[in-house]
Amino acid sequence: MLRRLHNVPGLLAAVVLVVMALSGAALSVFPAIEALQAPPTAPALTVAELAQHVATQVPGVTRLARQPSGLVVADYSTDAASGSVRINPRTGAVLGPYRPSALMTWLIGLHRSLLLQRTGRMIAGAAAAAMVLLCLSGAGLMARRMGGWRRIFGRARGTLSQRLHVQIGRAVIFGLMLSALTGVWITLANFQIVPNGLDATAPFPQAVNGGTPAPVGTLAALKAVPVDQLRELLFPTDPSDVFTLTTSAGQGYVDQANGHLLSWLPNGPMRRIYETVYMLHTGQGLWQLGLILGLSALGAPVLAGTGTLLWWRRRRALPRLRHNHGARTADTVILVGSEGNATWGFARTLHDALTAQGLRCHTAAMNSLRSYPQARQMFILAATHGDGAAPASASQFMARLARMRHTPDYPVALLGFGDRSFPQFSQFAHDVAEALDDRRWNAMLPYEAIDRQSPQEFARWGRAVGECLGLALELNHQPQRPRTRRLVLIERIDYGQEVQAPTAILRFAPEGRGRLPRFAAGDLAGILPPGSDLPRFYSLASSVRDGFLEICVKKHPGGACSGFLHSLEPGETVDCFVKPNPGFRPARGRHPVILIGAGTGVGPLAGFIRGNARGRAMHLYFGGRDPSSDFLYADEMEQWLGERRLTTLTTAFSRIRDRAYVQDRVAQDAHHLRKMIQRGAQVMVCGGRDMAEGVVESLEHVLAPLGLSTHALKAEGRYVEDVY
Amino acid sequence: MKTFATALALTLALAAPRLAEARQITLTTTLKRFGGYSAYVALYLTDPHGHYVRTLWMAGGRPWFYRHMEGWMRASHGDMNGLDGITGASVGEGRTLTVHADIADALINAGYSIHVDAVSEGMMDSPAEVHMPLTTADSGKTVRGRAYVASFDFKL
Repeated sequence: MLRRLHNVPGLLAAVVLVVMALSGAALSVFPAIEALQAPPTAPALTVAELAQHVATQVPGVTRLARQPSGLVVADYSTDAASGSVRINPRTGAVLGPYRPSALMTWLIGLHRSLLLQRTGRMIAGAAAAAMVLLCLSGAGLMARRMGGWRRIFGRARGTLSQRLHVQIGRAVIFGLMLSALTGVWITLANFQIVPNGLDATAPFPQAVNGGTPAPVGTLAALKAVPVDQLRELLFPTDPSDVFTLTTSAGQGYVDQANGHLLSWLPNGPMRRIYETVYMLHTGQGLWQLGLILGLSALGAPVLAGTGTLLWWRRRRALPRLRHNHGARTADTVILVGSEGNATWGFARTLHDALTAQGLRCHTAAMNSLRSYPQARQMFILAATHGDGAAPASASQFMARLARMRHTPDYPVALLGFGDRSFPQFSQFAHDVAEALDDRRWNAMLPYEAIDRQSPQEFARWGRAVGECLGLALELNHQPQRPRTRRLVLIERIDYGQEVQAPTAILRFAPEGRGRLPRFAAGDLAGILPPGSDLPRFYSLASSVRDGFLEICVKKHPGGACSGFLHSLEPGETVDCFVKPNPGFRPARGRHPVILIGAGTGVGPLAGFIRGNARGRAMHLYFGGRDPSSDFLYADEMEQWLGERRLTTLTTAFSRIRDRAYVQDRVAQDAHHLRKMIQRGAQVMVCGGRDMAEGVVESLEHVLAPLGLSTHALKAEGRYVEDVY
Repeated sequence: MKTFATALALTLALAAPRLAEARQITLTTTLKRFGGYSAYVALYLTDPHGHYVRTLWMAGGRPWFYRHMEGWMRASHGDMNGLDGITGASVGEGRTLTVHADIADALINAGYSIHVDAVSEGMMDSPAEVHMPLTTADSGKTVRGRAYVASFDFKL
């Protein structure tokens, strides 16, 4: 719901909002320039004195107006000529002719009506209202994404466009909100939906003194008003006429013979509100705020761009479901917790099979959990993200479940998707099972989880579901083959044969005239071994800027994909795609980076070092078996140390006389590491699970004296790991 | 030059006594290229003593802006009554405003005058841009205003 409230106004108004934001940003500069150019007002000078100066210098003066910047403009009109001149508000001297800036006039026209008159004003007002909605829903989405309102200024995560959207969004949201709210108010006032009090005028005096006009400088009512309170003074056109005076407090008429104030209307509350709103929106009279709003407005085009991109990516990632019924009318609900897209594919197979049996299915993300009035059964397909975390489309599920008031009476079947190589197999689905159990949900089937997206296990589960529903359910899942590119192996370097850990650094280039996909070191390369549509993922040891794609692969006994990769000779090809892994990147900035990796885990770390042309402090702890056999990147390390891409290198080898593991080196270097962490260093760990656990243990001892823990560092994004 | 024409049939206000002899006059106002936002234009009638009789046409929709048409404002004392039905859109620079108004025969050649006031936001106020006696002799005669009006004429 919140997302829709954000997407719909965003997409509808994007183009108009970009035009308004850019023109608004340009306009924000004018009040500042005018305020800095306008001569300061003399505090003691009165309107009477100023008007007297002007009247003697400008024949036929009809009007004096003081602009919010402090500049005074006089209009004159005689039989010979008419025009406007600028007046020095300190001395009353004529500075020269006044001509409003043509550029500013055009920009204002563009900003408030898109140069389309009345229709344009309506569109601009609607766009401002859309911006209010975007700010509110955006703040809500941001709080949800960051894990609560208190953490809203925490570290932004995700892909570059996600981070940009969050970071720029929260920097400019207050400015945009103020501009949009005041813009809506001005539009409503212009269309006379809310009163602005500007049309109220003091009653015109029934009688005037009619005597000989006195010199304007002697009129008592004008002597009582200092120039900095003046808005406008209209000069009388004939002896029966009066001076019309408008100040920041109100409006009235002054007798030109005796100088009495003949009638006076103080500004009403609606007018004061409108004038404040107008000042806040335009920055006229408050140019510092105007500049801040202008800067904020510059964020809007970036937000529109990244927002549209994010929407498009999310939309493209969603599988297209045929006959997807609404939540209110469906008799069968399928909820999906998926990080990538694989689980959606399984959900679609289930959806199609049940639809073919005549059921009205509603398939949606687990995050959209709500009440389903017509439901007769529910299926939950839940993957796990990393080591037991909720996947993206289920991040809110537990909270929403806790808020549900009633336990439904229909049965639910929960299926987990996981990988048995993780110690906590399908941990998130397991947590969901316990949560459902705690709330006494009625289980259709005992909870189970399938390993590595096995179509066979899924089909077996489908038959069990079919028995429960009394249907012949055949779930024949054909995983969708990811879109891959063909890459050619251009180089391989072999290590570790002697220590029973055959490992290869494989370097690929695009085939023929093809191009590399976009990737950075630390992203994942998905490789499809021949005859399989199930990708295996390897951390990338290079970025697209290096011009090649590099991975480190250890040969596993019986491993289909690692065996295939190890059999490759230069010139042979693989089918590959890239999966972004934005959580595993060196944080921006100049803080030191502590890299800890063992075996093939050094791959992405080597990629970071290779990309460290700016010479940021990078300290690598590398663990292997024997320096003479599996010291991956040994020669490059030497070179990177010389080029200052790598600051220090600490190694540990487990099959030599002074045997040590990388976590031992971490423990020995405690003092040094503590100092770096106090200076804001980030720790990045990549490698096998056992090593990662050992490193965490050592690090806890390092961190404890600082009152820190790996958990606390993780929350700040200063401890990240890529573990397999 | 593009022509911006507004055509409209005006009926006399119900309060005015219905006069047997009335005719339609056509008022044509062409604006200069003054380099600003579309202008507000007021066309109004005064009696032989120079007192305001009524507004013939008001181009521009935001009432709080009318006070910048100073001649009209002074003459009418900001009277908004009777503007319903004779208010239109503001007029862009270089454009022509053409309106029709019903005038009683008794007012013609009787010392009455037609006035034109115009103003564009942020630019100078120009009271009494044009002032024309309502006589058969002046019908069809073209006059020029000071700041905004390039040409004005009325045809009986």
